Amino acid sequence: MTTLSPPPTATEQQVPVPETRKRKRGNGGFVAACLLPALVLFALFMVWPTVNVFRMSLYQWSGFSPAMRFVGLDNFTKLADDQQFVRAFQNTVALLVVVTVATMGLGLFLAAVMTRQKLRGRNLYRFVLYIPNVLSVVVIAAIFSALYDQENGLINGTLRLLSLDGLQQVWLGNQKVVLWSVAIAMVWQSLGYYMVLYMSSMSSIPEELYEASSLDGATAPTQFFTITMPLIWQNLRTTLTFFIMSAVNLSFVLVRAMTGGGPDGASEVLLSYMYKQAYTNSSYGYGMAIGVVIFAFSFLVSLLVSRATKREPLQF
Amino acid sequence: MTTLQEKRARTGRGLTSILVGAIALAIAVPVAWVLFASVKGKSEFYGNPWSLPAGLRVQNYVDAFVDARIGRYFALSLLVTVLGLVFVLAVSIPAAYVIARYDFRGRGLVEVALLAGLFVNVNYIVVPIFLMLVDWDRALVDVLPDGFFIDNPAMLSLVYAATSIPFTIYLLTAYFRSIPADYEEAASLDGASRFAVMTRIMLPMARPAVTTVILFNFLAYWNDFIISLTLLPGENKTVQVGLLNLFTAQKAAADYGRLYAGMVIVIVPVLVVYALVQRRLIEGMAAGGVKG
Repeated sequence: MTTLSPPPTATEQQVPVPETRKRKRGNGGFVAACLLPALVLFALFMVWPTVNVFRMSLYQWSGFSPAMRFVGLDNFTKLADDQQFVRAFQNTVALLVVVTVATMGLGLFLAAVMTRQKLRGRNLYRFVLYIPNVLSVVVIAAIFSALYDQENGLINGTLRLLSLDGLQQVWLGNQKVVLWSVAIAMVWQSLGYYMVLYMSSMSSIPEELYEASSLDGATAPTQFFTITMPLIWQNLRTTLTFFIMSAVNLSFVLVRAMTGGGPDGASEVLLSYMYKQAYTNSSYGYGMAIGVVIFAFSFLVSLLVSRATKREPLQF
Repeated sequence: MTTLQEKRARTGRGLTSILVGAIALAIAVPVAWVLFASVKGKSEFYGNPWSLPAGLRVQNYVDAFVDARIGRYFALSLLVTVLGLVFVLAVSIPAAYVIARYDFRGRGLVEVALLAGLFVNVNYIVVPIFLMLVDWDRALVDVLPDGFFIDNPAMLSLVYAATSIPFTIYLLTAYFRSIPADYEEAASLDGASRFAVMTRIMLPMARPAVTTVILFNFLAYWNDFIISLTLLPGENKTVQVGLLNLFTAQKAAADYGRLYAGMVIVIVPVLVVYALVQRRLIEGMAAGGVKG
């Protein structure tokens, strides 16, 4: 799964095209030959399916039969009364908040320590911390199932060894615990990624700023809040958009592989519920209405977050 | 500065180092544990989870590779990944080059559409893609009664390629734009054709960007399981789906050795690639803002 950020260099894209690229006569054929294959594939497998998500949300359709009935916004009004949908929505929002706070906090801490303190073995740490980002979600789900296994898992096994049997949990089978278990796996997966992102923007802050404030007696935590945070603010805002996307997408693939939404819908998230409706339940139109809600939700939250965090960009 | 302050700063540094080390361990230990567990015998999975393997039980690997067919799935994944990379490069390099260098009607629209495509996650649209392919198969049922589009690894590669076009073109276009135009002008003055300018002059110069693109797409294709689960419902499976099945079956059978061996088989190629190209991967990520 690869999603992409809004380009950090978006402004560069608007730079006018230099004179040398002026339109020349007779290039039409060459341009078309180069461009069309990519555009056809893009239109066929991305634009059209996306249009279909929106279109189909207005129909009642099982997906396989030719019988398709236009029902207007009925699918959406039904959603509001669907307890399972509401639960999936709540779970997604809970994961969004918990995973964002934990990953961002830990990621910033790690990045600050690694760039500011010139920690010994920094490269090794970075190598290790980034490993989960190259592993597949299936592997991560399998690793965590091994950790969470009720009888022979690493966590419960260790608790038994320490005679702390009382702390043992059915990590993936208890309705109250399962969402936390999923959240921990999500943080584990993405921590290294965000740390590397924050490190790269922190490393461009000039050293003099820190030296000057050290002379004034500022401690490392003070420097972090007065120098580092304001100067990487734009980068932080960008990553907030990533967090929203991954709360929706990563949670789905992880839940799909690890819990299947269970027990009894306790770890169901929006996209996994959409899949269930579209495939298992054959309510294709209804599933696509959920898809539209997810689109709208992630778009609106991104917009709100971006508005709320807007600051005058600082220069160094 | 007083000594008390110095002391406190030193304690702070010590504590943070310990904390960083602990976090790194929390990442490394589960992965290492799977590596060790993959050579354990059946009885060793009960009792102390921290015990080291009694011996190298290679049989787990044989079981995973042959009985659980991970070997076969591995080969298919490799094929699908390589084919997907060939497709995406074949269509994206020329398109990115033309977008970067030629001025044509509708270029603005094309760029905006591709940029918007960056935000369409494939998870949203797998279901419509699947149904579209089912439709095509149904339309062709007279010519090809067994179906062509569903359960076809080449189609899976094509869908991988198509859904990574926005990202690939975005990265390549930015790089092509950063190359000065002088080289192309000199070459075309020497009489090189437009095609030759693109393939002989520009492509070799864009090698760093092409490598980055290959890396990220390799990881995306190799690690995907949602698309392949949907588009290959039959006997042919990618290694991730095969592992997922093994993992679901093992939950019931509690035959862990085979599962862990299967996981190691899936992890190792990715870890080797990662170790080899670590620097480029992390730098490319920081530059392109790619979310894996």
